[in-house]
Amino acid sequence: MYAIRLVNKINLKPTEAVRLRLVDVAPRCISTTIPCGANKGDKLNKPAPKSQSFVMNMFRGQVQASQVFPYPKVLNEEQVDTLQMLVDPTTKFFEEVNNPLKNDQLEKVEEASLAGLWELGAFGLQVPQDLGGLGLNNTQYARLVEIVGANDLGVGITLGAHQSIGFKGILLFGTPEQKAKYLPRVSAEKQFAAFCLTEPSSGSDAGSIKSRAVLSPDGKHYILNGSKIWISNGGLAEIMTVFAQTPVKDEKTGEVKDKVTAFIVERSFGGVTNGPPEKKMGIKCSNTTEVYYEDVKIPIENVLGGVGNGFKVAMNILNNGRFGMAAAMSGTMRSVTRKAVDFATNRLQFGNKIDSYGAIQEKIARMSTLQYVTESIAYMISGNMDSGSQDYHLEAAISKVFASECAWYVTDEAIQIMGGMGFMRDTGLERVMRDLRIFRIFEGTNDILRLFVALTGIQFAGAHLKELQRAFKNPTANLGLLLGEIRKRAIASVGLDSGPDMTQYVHPELKGCAESASKCVADFGRAIESALIKYNRKIVEEQFVLNRIANSSIDLYTMVVVLSRCTQSLNNKSSTANHEKLMTELWCNEASARIEKNLKALTSSVELGNFTKMSAISKNVCQNGALVQQNPLGF
Amino acid sequence: MARVLVGVKRVIDYAVKIRVKPDKSGVVTEGVKHSMNPFDEIAVEEAVKMKEKKLATEVVAVSCGPSQAQETLRTALAMGADRAIHVEVPAGDYETLQPIHISKILAKIAQDEKVDIVILGKQAIDDDSNQTAQMTAGVLDWPQATFASKVEKKDSELHVTREIDGGLENIKVKLPAVLSADLRLNEPRYATLPNIMKAKKKPLKKVTPKDLGVDISPRIQVISVEDPPVRQAGSIVPDVDTLVSKLKEKGHC
Repeated sequence: MYAIRLVNKINLKPTEAVRLRLVDVAPRCISTTIPCGANKGDKLNKPAPKSQSFVMNMFRGQVQASQVFPYPKVLNEEQVDTLQMLVDPTTKFFEEVNNPLKNDQLEKVEEASLAGLWELGAFGLQVPQDLGGLGLNNTQYARLVEIVGANDLGVGITLGAHQSIGFKGILLFGTPEQKAKYLPRVSAEKQFAAFCLTEPSSGSDAGSIKSRAVLSPDGKHYILNGSKIWISNGGLAEIMTVFAQTPVKDEKTGEVKDKVTAFIVERSFGGVTNGPPEKKMGIKCSNTTEVYYEDVKIPIENVLGGVGNGFKVAMNILNNGRFGMAAAMSGTMRSVTRKAVDFATNRLQFGNKIDSYGAIQEKIARMSTLQYVTESIAYMISGNMDSGSQDYHLEAAISKVFASECAWYVTDEAIQIMGGMGFMRDTGLERVMRDLRIFRIFEGTNDILRLFVALTGIQFAGAHLKELQRAFKNPTANLGLLLGEIRKRAIASVGLDSGPDMTQYVHPELKGCAESASKCVADFGRAIESALIKYNRKIVEEQFVLNRIANSSIDLYTMVVVLSRCTQSLNNKSSTANHEKLMTELWCNEASARIEKNLKALTSSVELGNFTKMSAISKNVCQNGALVQQNPLGF
Repeated sequence: MARVLVGVKRVIDYAVKIRVKPDKSGVVTEGVKHSMNPFDEIAVEEAVKMKEKKLATEVVAVSCGPSQAQETLRTALAMGADRAIHVEVPAGDYETLQPIHISKILAKIAQDEKVDIVILGKQAIDDDSNQTAQMTAGVLDWPQATFASKVEKKDSELHVTREIDGGLENIKVKLPAVLSADLRLNEPRYATLPNIMKAKKKPLKKVTPKDLGVDISPRIQVISVEDPPVRQAGSIVPDVDTLVSKLKEKGHC
């Protein structure tokens, strides 16, 4: 658990006593947390961690522009050329060969389709070319995944479970021998891969898995026992990345403790079996099963990423794959919006085409804007990753949360625009709706990811507050830092803080939006500091508060992302620049209003009172085991 | 064993809604999705099949046009052609390029490359000329087998089934010969992503019509390109008698 200590009281100015309580955080194993070195030891003398992440620094009320401005452009001419050549045949395949409704009905991908996908090369997009794949970078991958997301999310999961998580660990952490042995098998040799983490008693809390692997007496094998549930491709996979507890001796204390280790497991090792395909709400054509391991002999050279490092391996794989979901959802939103617009521009009611009515216009405008924002995030993150960024975990988490919720909303509105027609199976939207539901649940639920974003950001801000506190022990040596902070607080105390300037990065036409984003950054940073001071160690338990902090961070990051993309379009005089500007302005106006509301809630007695009320209501219902209120008729 | 030459043309994609330029000089091509002429895809498929059946040694794809023609050649290479020749024609000249020019270019390349079989799509879906294969055979003075729906190679002859009005015609042609592919000749394969990557490494040669000694000065002048007339709205008549009299008025009964 998090341990938070009250370290000191600091008088910044006689009139403005600020009590800084500093956060000392040892992250608990939330399934999304990246254990980062900054937490270890937590010596007072250790400098606060640095990060290139915009979101991370936003929690300190600062702008770290390197990963948001300018909008990434990572593909060289040849890579663009290659990608353009790949887009058409991929699109054509999905439009002419794959049949999503048939796949949904059969609850499996049609044989011809599946064979075609292997033939097409869709299962090995990021495997290096010399090992049987296409060697695409993340941005190129995102573009192709967008096509998959536009056509068949069930197939998307079959592909994603294979390459986005199934063998991603081998790509990221594999030794040269492991890569040479396994990557050709999962690409050219057409063997399915799967990612096996979740267990019956271990969902969001991934550190609590019970599967266990112990070294054989001769030291050549690990013997794995355990079972996994809800494994995508579980019934198809020959190659699996499996996580299990292994006994690890602490070098210092000599104590033996169980730690998670990742293994590459082949079905052919023996002792690997799976249950029948699960019946699901959506993504029905993807194969989801339980997988059982009974005395599976894993050669020790199949340990992936080092003994005891499994948790880190798992989280890195998941973090690395999240942008792909944002890319897929961008494609989904594009295609469902096209259907709805086609309907709205042809449907005649009350003497007019329905697209002439404000009620429909608002829907279409919001659908379009949400797609624009999501797509902008997807390619910003893939671009950052391609230029070697390591600091993208919060952004990736935001992309997954935001994309999955936008896609749900946009598809819901598409159905609404089409009315009864949208409800019919053959229109193809109800299937998308069912398929989409899981995206808010798997690969880290949106609820857990929100906490992850809020807590990681707060932890980062806390470490910097601590540095400030240390500076006060030696004021003469740290005069510059202290004067800066004093000035910042003085300005804030008289309400003049317009925040760190961002107008230099954006097109002049977006100046107003950039100013409001700057103000939000300043307000947000201050709100985080106040929350730290107010809640002290209890901040981790204040999920009502954390949720609002997370929502504000999502709104703020997305504002900056669209400002960046729109600036690029305006600078390039793109033919759609003016349309993009409209959406950017709409988004920034509405997002900044939401941020203001959410941050106000953190100090408003009414809102805080509501949190208490909600907590009480929930407790009452749970104690009762069902709704407490009776039917008004009394029976 | 034969060497096969296939012609591939970059055309506006079949799914695109065609728009006429405001000045009526042609259709809008800028920013519009293009792809390989579908009949040419069939031609490429047939050539690649011949190579797979060891009836051909090499498949050479050729395309005439501005630099974008190379995209189409890459697709042909990804489908299985061995090498490509891009006949560079600047965008301005390309607008007035006609089957007569193309057939002379193809004929010259066929001779230079010592090919035995030229396979072309029966027509392009943009100008619908349906002349190039016939003219190429004429320029070369080779036999032609147009609208082929089935091709079988027997010794130094091709047995070709042609779709004609009311039935099928079976003909034999001696090699060298020119073929044009009809819709039902085969189902062209998809260019797979790994093959697209491999295609980038296959040779692509550039030549100009001048290099080939072909004069591409225009023989015809486009006066105006027009949209098809918009269909007139119908009207509802109150009863059968009115209908009959209206039909009589228009000379329908």
